[in-house]
Amino acid sequence: MPDTRIQEQTAHPQQQAIDKRKQAEQPDQQPFIQIEALYKVFGNTPSTVMPLVKEGKSKDDILAETGHTVGLKAINLNIQKGEIFVIMGLSGSGKSTLIRHFNRLIDPTEGRIIVEGTDVMQLSAKELEQFRRHKMSMVFQRFGLMPHRTVIENVSYGLAVQGVAKQTRLEKAQQWLETVGLSGYEEQFPSQLSGGQQQRVGLARALCTDAEILLMDEAFSALDPLIRSEMQDQLIELQEKLHKTIIFITHDLDEALRLGDRIAILKDGELIQQGAPVDILLKPADSYVEAFVRDVNRARALTVETVMKPALCRISAETIDEALIQMKKVPGNYGFYVNEEGYQGVISQRSLEAAALKDGGHRLDTEILEEIPSISPEALLESVIPETLDTDCPLPVVDENGGLQGELSRASLAEVLGDGTDHRAA
Amino acid sequence: MADSSWLTKFPQMDRTDLLAIRKSLDAAYREFSRSYGDLIESFFDPLLSFLIWFEKLLLQSPWWAVILAVTVLVYLASRSWKLSLSVVLAFLAIGYFGMWENTMRTMSIITVCTLLSIFLGIPIGIMMARSNRVQAIVTPILDIMQTMPAFVYLIPVVMLLGIGKIPGVIAVVIYAIPPVIRLTNLGIRLVDREVLEAATAYGASPMQRLFGVQLPLASPTIMAGINQTIMMALAMVVIASMIGVKGLGQPVLKSITNQYFTLGLFNGLAIVALAIIFDRVSQAYAKRAQKHMQGTKDA
Ligand SMILES: Nc1ncnc2c1ncn2[C@@H]1O[C@H](COP(=O)(O)OP(=O)(O)O)[C@@H](O)[C@H]1O
Ligand SMILES: [Mg+2]
Repeated sequence: MPDTRIQEQTAHPQQQAIDKRKQAEQPDQQPFIQIEALYKVFGNTPSTVMPLVKEGKSKDDILAETGHTVGLKAINLNIQKGEIFVIMGLSGSGKSTLIRHFNRLIDPTEGRIIVEGTDVMQLSAKELEQFRRHKMSMVFQRFGLMPHRTVIENVSYGLAVQGVAKQTRLEKAQQWLETVGLSGYEEQFPSQLSGGQQQRVGLARALCTDAEILLMDEAFSALDPLIRSEMQDQLIELQEKLHKTIIFITHDLDEALRLGDRIAILKDGELIQQGAPVDILLKPADSYVEAFVRDVNRARALTVETVMKPALCRISAETIDEALIQMKKVPGNYGFYVNEEGYQGVISQRSLEAAALKDGGHRLDTEILEEIPSISPEALLESVIPETLDTDCPLPVVDENGGLQGELSRASLAEVLGDGTDHRAA
Repeated sequence: MADSSWLTKFPQMDRTDLLAIRKSLDAAYREFSRSYGDLIESFFDPLLSFLIWFEKLLLQSPWWAVILAVTVLVYLASRSWKLSLSVVLAFLAIGYFGMWENTMRTMSIITVCTLLSIFLGIPIGIMMARSNRVQAIVTPILDIMQTMPAFVYLIPVVMLLGIGKIPGVIAVVIYAIPPVIRLTNLGIRLVDREVLEAATAYGASPMQRLFGVQLPLASPTIMAGINQTIMMALAMVVIASMIGVKGLGQPVLKSITNQYFTLGLFNGLAIVALAIIFDRVSQAYAKRAQKHMQGTKDA
C-alpha cells in the first residue's frame, strides 16, 4: 500500500524545505542572532525624538512634528541557527532598514544586536570589518554587482577583500559559479547577463566567503515570476546542503511561505507578528496581516498536517464483531484499521456488516480492507486535492513509519481553502 | 538738507576711511610678501626645476623625436590611426609656420598645470565627496575661483612671487582646477549606493572602497573633469603670458598691442590645434577605459 502514497508521486523541492522547517522549529538552542529593543530614527537629532517614539506617537505624527522618520521601533527578534527567517512587510515598512542593522550598514539609534554571543554594537571599525568579512554576506535587490569587474572577479570579491591569494580565490569562485549554474560566464561583465543570471552571481558571491549568515534583501523581487521561482528552488536546494542561517526579506507572502521556517511581519517599523508560516496564515494578528494573507494560495502554502483532524474511528479489533462495535461508537460509516505494524487500510461499515452476517467471530483480515490512497502529513494541500475529492470518506494521513496521524476530509479541506481566515490548525 | 541727502545719494563710506583701509591692507600684504616671499618662492623651487627641466626636454630634443614621442603617446591613448596622423600633420604645420618653440613651451606648461591640477584636485574632490561639510566649504571657493577675473588674483600672486613661470602656473591652476575637483566629487557621489553597500557588507576597508569601487566607477566623470581642466588651462595661456609665461600667448599679446592680425591668427590657431589634440586624445582614452563597463555592444 505505501506505493499509493501521494508524497512519492510529487517529489517537490518544497517538500525538502518543509522537512528542514521541522528541525528548525525546535527552539532548544540559545538564539543564534538576537535583536533587543532596537530603535532607528532617521533625522538630524534622533535622540531628541526618542522620548516621543517611546510614548507611542505614530510615525506620521512624529514626522509632522519633528521632521524625523521612525524607521524601526522596539524590534525584538530571535533567530535560530540554520533557519530561514523571513521578514515581510509592505514597501516602506522598514525591511531594508532592519536587515542593514545585522551587519551595521546602518547604526541603530538604540538597541542591541547580538550575533553568536558577540555584541555587534561594541565592535571597533577594524573588528566590524573582520566580522563582515567572515560572519555574514549579503545579496541585494538590484544585485549590487560591480560593473567594472568580471563575473568571476565579482564572485571572488569577498575573498579579494580578505586578501586571499588570487589563484585560490579564483578557484573557489569557479566552484561556486558552477554550483549556481553559470560556468562559462567567468569573463563576462555583469551588464552582459540577464537579471536572473546577475542575481545568481550575487548569490555565488555571497556563498564564496563561506559566511554562516546570509542576508538577502528582496533578493528575488526584481526578477520575473518564472526566474524567481527557479531561484527560490535553487535557494532551497542549496540550503539543504549548506544549512546557513538566512535572513530573507520579501514583500511577497507566497515567497515568504515558500522559503520561511519562521516569518516576521513589519508594519511602519513595528513588528506585528512573528511565527511559523501556518500561524501567520491561519491566525493573522490583525487586519494588516489579514490583508496580506487574503490573496495567498493556501493550497500551495499549507501542508496536510496543518489542517488534518484526529482520526476518530481507529479500528484495532481482532474480530469482525468487535470491529463493528468500535465503529458504531463513533459517527461516520468508515474506520481506519490499525494493528501493531501501523496503519493497514480503510474499512467501511457496510462491508463490515456484510462480513458479520457470514461469520461475526472470524478474524478481521486484510481482504475486507478497501484501497484508499493514504497521504503524507507533509504533502501540500494542492497535491492532495484530487484524491480528497475523489474519495467518499476522509483520507488517512500516514507518516513515513506507517503511523496513522489523522484524517483529511473534504469538509476540512473546503473550510481551509475557502475565504475565511478564522480557522485553527487541528 | 544734510539730514535727508542719504535718500538720494548712497550713504557712502568716507573717502579718507576707504583710502585708509586700502592703504593698510596693501601695506600689510606687502609686508607679508616681503617677509615670506622668499620662503614661499623656495617652496615652489622643486616645481620650478621640474618645469624648466621639462621645457628644456621638449625644446632640446630634435623636432622629429618630439613628434614621434607625442604620436606614440596619442596612439597608445586613443588606438586611432586617424587621430595620430592628424597630430603629425598639425605639428608639422606648426613647425613650418615657425611656432615650434612657443608651442613646446606652451605644451610643457599645460602639461605641468594639468598634472598639478590632477594631483591636487582629485584628493580635494575625494574629501568633498566624503564629507558634506567639506563640500559646503569648498564649493563657494570654487565658485569664486571660476568667476573672479583672472587679473584680480594675478595681482597678489605677482606681488608675492614676481613675474615668471611659477606665478603663471599658479594662475593657470587656480583657473583650471575647479572642474577636476567638482567632477571628482560628483562622480564619487553618483556611485550606485547598492554597489558601495555591497563592498562595505563584504568588509571592504575605506581604502578598498575608494580604490576598488568609488574611483573606478567615478572615472568616466573624473576624466570629463580632467578634459575640461585641460581646455581651461589652454584658455589661460594668453592671460598667463601677461605675467611672463613664455609660449604661444606672448605673440598673441604682442599682436593685440601692435595690431598684427596674421601673427595673432597663426598663434591662435596653434592654440586651437593643441586644444583639439588634448581634447580628442583624452576623450578617446576615457572612452576606451570605460568600454568594458557598458557591456560589449560589439560582442
Ligand atoms: N537614510 C534614510 N533617511 C531617512 N529616512 C529613511 C532612510 N532610509 C529609510 N528611510 C525611511 O524609513 C522607512 C523604511 O524604509 P525601508 O527600510 O527602505 O523600507 P522597505 O525596505 O521596507 O521598503 C521609510 O519610511 C523610509 O522613507
Ligand atoms: Mg527595501
